Amino acid sequence: MSPLLPRLRKDPRAAWIAAFVLAATLMALPWIAGQFGNAWVRVFAFACLYVMLALGLNIVVGFAGLLDLGYIAFYAVGAYMYALLASPHLTEQFAWIAQMFPAGLHLPIWLVLPFGAAIAAFFGILLGAPVLKLRGDYLAIVTLGFGEIIRIFINNLNSPLNLTNGPQGITLIDPITLGVTFSKTINFFGYEVSSLVLYYYLFLALAIVTVVICLRLQDSRLGRAWMAIREDDIAAKAMGINVRNVKLLAFSLGATFGGVAGAMFAAFQGFVSPESFVLNESIIVLAMVVLGGIGHIPGVVLGAVLLAVLPEFLRYTVEPAQIFMFGKVILEAEILRMMLYGLALVLIMLYRPKGLWPAPEHGVNPVQQRHSRLAA
Amino acid sequence: MASTQCSSGILALRHKVLAPVADIVLKVAGVNKRFGGLQALSDVAVEIERGQIYGLIGPNGAGKTTFFNVVTGLYAPDSGSFELDGKPYSPNEVHKVAAAGIARTFQNIRLFPDMTALENVMVGRHVRTKATALGAILRTLATLSEERAIRQRSLELLEYVGVAKYADYQARTLAYGDQRRLEIARALATDPKLLALDEPAAGMNATEKLALRALLVAISKDGITILLIEHDVKLVMGLCDRVTVLDYGKTIAVGTPADVQRSAAVIEAYLGKAHTNVATKEPA
Repeated sequence: MSPLLPRLRKDPRAAWIAAFVLAATLMALPWIAGQFGNAWVRVFAFACLYVMLALGLNIVVGFAGLLDLGYIAFYAVGAYMYALLASPHLTEQFAWIAQMFPAGLHLPIWLVLPFGAAIAAFFGILLGAPVLKLRGDYLAIVTLGFGEIIRIFINNLNSPLNLTNGPQGITLIDPITLGVTFSKTINFFGYEVSSLVLYYYLFLALAIVTVVICLRLQDSRLGRAWMAIREDDIAAKAMGINVRNVKLLAFSLGATFGGVAGAMFAAFQGFVSPESFVLNESIIVLAMVVLGGIGHIPGVVLGAVLLAVLPEFLRYTVEPAQIFMFGKVILEAEILRMMLYGLALVLIMLYRPKGLWPAPEHGVNPVQQRHSRLAA
Repeated sequence: MASTQCSSGILALRHKVLAPVADIVLKVAGVNKRFGGLQALSDVAVEIERGQIYGLIGPNGAGKTTFFNVVTGLYAPDSGSFELDGKPYSPNEVHKVAAAGIARTFQNIRLFPDMTALENVMVGRHVRTKATALGAILRTLATLSEERAIRQRSLELLEYVGVAKYADYQARTLAYGDQRRLEIARALATDPKLLALDEPAAGMNATEKLALRALLVAISKDGITILLIEHDVKLVMGLCDRVTVLDYGKTIAVGTPADVQRSAAVIEAYLGKAHTNVATKEPA
């Protein structure tokens, strides 16, 4: 797969054609998927959200080399931020807020989005500041704790002040309104565009923006500084890189994407509860980064899409496949699905330890390549 | 290798033209450093004039690398005064030392192994450039032109040290001698006032040492002051303008290589004391 990109870089015409085909596929995807049921459109919309999450985490884990097991906390912060600012919850609980917003607290998306990004970035720094000196396993444990702390806070902040409504979660969250309200099917020049398809396009656009931002950051002074501290932080310091600031910037920028994705998630679901932000979610996002190809943007996108779609694909195929082969369902879909999922992860780690689509190697001669494979 | 012979002059302009005659670049005095019960450095002082190649030698465990790490900010000293180019600097934060103008290499090469040779040098430009995250995301004109300048200068430096043909190779795939050169290029990319090299010839064969020597002479000719720790006495003696010899954390000799070679204290530190005649010295 890896020689594909250099070839496109050399041949601009082929690159344009490839870009056009890709764009057309992405645009047509919800309509094709819609033929197999709306659930599939939903799956692809979620895949776009996961692309954002995985790319955000990739800044921290892939670029700066800081293992973060609590990333989903930023997703939670973004989601709850949107939920609180665009639902009746706060006005119902607090009279003074109801007085301030007599028409109800329904902030528009263009206000919520930067706000969500900023709050998540703030939390990113909040996590980053105390863990600056930690590395590897120790960092992983602290970030894991941070992720759980945020979730437990959300779970318990329903008394004495009912801020988050605890385990019941927050309901009646406004859908996104960008000219049109995303909750209804709209009529676009005679085409019926369903709410799900609208969300898919919005999330796709955000995912693409995320990809572009990540590509630009990677090839910048800052991106090189991140990679330098990942490779050797003492040498990076000796080159005049302020490791503390650069790490904090990685945490906060990574968190930003998590926060924006979280706000989108809240609007999409119309409901948030602490259950959506368990440790398992952090691990899945990390798995997307690692399996796709840590630090390599196309790989991470591939990992996110695969791991978001594959479980759903298995959900719909394992039962019919068993009936076809054995005439009856031997293993329940849910069990078999997770087994196959796990098996896929193990196989990838065994045969492609650097990920499905790792960053290309530069200037490695065959002997060295063999050595590095032996070393790995 | 040939490219090291001609001093291309790309380093020269800034330094030589502006430099007043015989001024002190690095002035360090009263440096003490203790590791638990071991006094690694006691009252060490060094003054380096602009344009000099200054050698720091001594037997194993003499405190050379400790002194070096103190000067470059990696270890915090217990006491000492530090001046670079007439301005006091605090060696407590490594990145600030680099910003002040001391660039270093490491005894056991510390490149960024998975980054390309070019990227390694480009990291060296970090401290002299200022593009922000926002600038990078928006691709502002200022960022783009700065990025071009970084790339241009880094390529020049790769050419200067003679590893330009490996620009797109990952640093870890380069040959050992080339990795040393690359590390020097990366250090030069920070526009240092003082280039501090920790045993640059370690592990090199005779040919590589000759080439390295030529490179150091070229860098020095271009007006960059060099502080050199080295075990290879032949290299130091031939190359350095001035030498400090350390032993057990104390300065035992300072001077030109020729002076130092004649110093009794130095000979003793390296070779031990001459046997005294027991019979005459301790009559029963």
